[in-house]
Amino acid sequence: MTGYFLQAFIYLLAAVIAVPVAKRFGLGSVLGYLIAGLIIGPVLGLVGEETNAIQHFAEFGVVMMLFLVGMELEPKALWNMKLRLLGLGGLQLLLTSAVITGIAMIAGLSWQVALTIGLIFALSSTAIVLQTFQEKGLQQTEGARGAFSILLFQDIAVIPMLALIPLLALPELASAINETAGQNAGHGDSLVEGLPGWLYGLVIIASIAFVTVGGHYLSRPLFRFVASSGLREIFTATALMLVIGIAALMGLVGLSPALGAFLAGVVLANSEFRHELKANIEPFKGLLLGLFFITVGAGIHFATLTENWVLIISITLGVMVFKALVLFVIALLFDLKGSNRWLLTLSLAQAGEFGFVLISFAAQNNVLATDLIALLQLVVALSMFLTPGLFILFERVIMPRYMHGSSNRQHDTVDDKGSVIIAGIGRFGQIVNRLLVANDFKTVILDIRSEQVDLMRQIGTQAYFGDASKPGMLDTAGIEQASLMVIAIDDRETAVEMVKYVKLAHPELKLLVRAFDRGHGYRLRQAGADYLISETYHSALEMGAQALRSLGVHPFQAERQKHAYRDIEAQQSDVLYEAWKDDASGERFDNNYRELFMELQQLIDDALKSDLHDNHSKRRGWTPPPKGYAEEQLKNQKD
Amino acid sequence: MSTEASSSSCRILLLFAHPSQARSEVNSVLFNAAKQHKAVTAVDLYAEYPDFNISIEREQQRLLEHDVIIFQFPIYWYSTPALLKEWQDLVLEYGFAYGKGGDALKGKQFMCAVTAGGREEAYQTDGFNHFTLRQLLQPLEQMASITQLTYLAPFALFGSRTAKEEHRITRHSALWTKLLDTLAQDELDISKARQLENLTRYFDEQDLHQ
Repeated sequence: MTGYFLQAFIYLLAAVIAVPVAKRFGLGSVLGYLIAGLIIGPVLGLVGEETNAIQHFAEFGVVMMLFLVGMELEPKALWNMKLRLLGLGGLQLLLTSAVITGIAMIAGLSWQVALTIGLIFALSSTAIVLQTFQEKGLQQTEGARGAFSILLFQDIAVIPMLALIPLLALPELASAINETAGQNAGHGDSLVEGLPGWLYGLVIIASIAFVTVGGHYLSRPLFRFVASSGLREIFTATALMLVIGIAALMGLVGLSPALGAFLAGVVLANSEFRHELKANIEPFKGLLLGLFFITVGAGIHFATLTENWVLIISITLGVMVFKALVLFVIALLFDLKGSNRWLLTLSLAQAGEFGFVLISFAAQNNVLATDLIALLQLVVALSMFLTPGLFILFERVIMPRYMHGSSNRQHDTVDDKGSVIIAGIGRFGQIVNRLLVANDFKTVILDIRSEQVDLMRQIGTQAYFGDASKPGMLDTAGIEQASLMVIAIDDRETAVEMVKYVKLAHPELKLLVRAFDRGHGYRLRQAGADYLISETYHSALEMGAQALRSLGVHPFQAERQKHAYRDIEAQQSDVLYEAWKDDASGERFDNNYRELFMELQQLIDDALKSDLHDNHSKRRGWTPPPKGYAEEQLKNQKD
Repeated sequence: MSTEASSSSCRILLLFAHPSQARSEVNSVLFNAAKQHKAVTAVDLYAEYPDFNISIEREQQRLLEHDVIIFQFPIYWYSTPALLKEWQDLVLEYGFAYGKGGDALKGKQFMCAVTAGGREEAYQTDGFNHFTLRQLLQPLEQMASITQLTYLAPFALFGSRTAKEEHRITRHSALWTKLLDTLAQDELDISKARQLENLTRYFDEQDLHQ
């Protein structure tokens, strides 16, 4: 047991140190994990043989990643992107794998192995590239959009690839491995072994149908039931159960778990529970993928690198040059101009994390021999190491050349309106939302009450079920891109906690918060809210003004009384807040505060009264000149 | 909304009143140019008082702190937009701006920077509008007189709806900046500036290109 703890500690420690450092140097988290693995594996020798076993476990992170990728793809959005996806993505994948397969065959490899290598190198690193785009604020450029289409297509294409690779298995490799490691291949838990072909086909169709139909019709009642219990951890458990269950089902019928998870993700993309599901799965996916990259790093054969460094480096550079060439041609064909053409070319020239997945998958399926695996892993890893360099090249050398005279950038930022996150879509949030949406601002609505979310959806407001007080939830709702957040939730304590957290993690974000009453308002203000409004203040003022009008006060006079009230209240609010804050004891509303509050009431009373009765009052405005004014003027003129 | 002017020989208060700035083609250009000017305190009245609840104290304080007062607005029905009229009604109080003890504005300079949709030919006694622009702005001229402000000719752009298409904005904006410079350095020839029909004619072509 202690041994496991020790090992887990080593893995976690390596990640905790290496990933932040790598990020600091602009290398991205994927490289951080690889470096961490490299250090604890080949360099320090802290971990050894068990990495293979852990890697199988960690590959589940890839299943989760595909589930999340699937969830990003609303079928409708996918359909709208079909031209770019198929055009850009399909062409890139086809050309790159063809070129690399061809070269590998010329180098003397069998076509099966060459094709596998072609497929491995055709993929780019979604994790590194998307993260870098985001870090450098390039998401909205045409180049980045093209790159995203290609990456998306690749992520989807991984699934047929996983289906294709076992068919490329080399008989001689398979038999050799089966003899030596018979116990490892003990996948005796397949249901479909020994079934006749037609029955097998039926079973597969039935299970896919089960995932699609079940995901669509059964998941909602299930999630609603679980959500209504109000237990966070059970929701997490449900989300995990769903993904693991699908993976198990697919495993039982001999299909790829990743494919099943992807399908389930697409089915759930339209669900109101999407953000909450994502927020729950995301940390597991992140950790498992991290673990996966660490094991890849730890599994790298240093000996192979030192023995063949010339070969490996030339293959890496070769792969990157050919990938870049293909991308450049595609950029030309799709009429990308200026810096965007170069962005597409350079950003996707590396091999990616799915390359590792395909390599280990191909190894399991006896497609690749061991020495080749080590070499390929090194090439993929090296090309990923070089990616930050390419981005620096783009930023420092290429961008400046296109900065002047290029209208591209300005054009790109037009639709880049920061979105608004609205937490709580009750009576209050709804009005805020409608006003924003009517003015073409994009809002993301979160609410923790699933009935309310249902209701909103019935009347055509796109709301999501989710707990906005969870940092992970806010991340998936796009808080990084948001410029504003409106908090209108009922739970007062949670609102204060949310303000504290958001101000700490995203100091730039403007926070507009609804307060329950004065005391709650002060606490929110202390927590760092930018703008506060008491939920009943304005409606009460409005009602008061209407009461005045109903009693025969001139409507304009009533309006002015309302303004006077508001002005004095605003002037005094700072004084009251300071008095409240100064009192350190638990009882916030002490005598001093009470006195000040009474003073405020008196001020308001005085101001309103004087305006009503007195011509020369403290409240000014439209005061006529004194009665003798006209005579005074005539006299002055005569003088 | 305001950028407080730094110390300079003449401090300029620009009170800009435009209720539809999203559609503005000329005024927004002039206002943005003025915002960059060191000697100018540029106030967007509609932004500061969207509910017409003008703070008399604040506005009077501003007047006291400046030497030149400019109203900038598009001509609406031969006069100012509503908020600027409201500003006059509220801020120019008896005892402050006029009447007994009302000397606060004495000796300051005052002008209007306006845009008019009609052509200059329309603003003639025998033209479509029957009065010249200066004649139509006489209420403001008389306001200046009562409040002891020195009234300068309006700085006006005619045919403003097509100024953009006819590429007249750049020149007008250059004149505007030049005028602000001159006012800030207290170098304006007051008697000349009082007599002109339109302050855009104050500068010669060669002045502009210096």
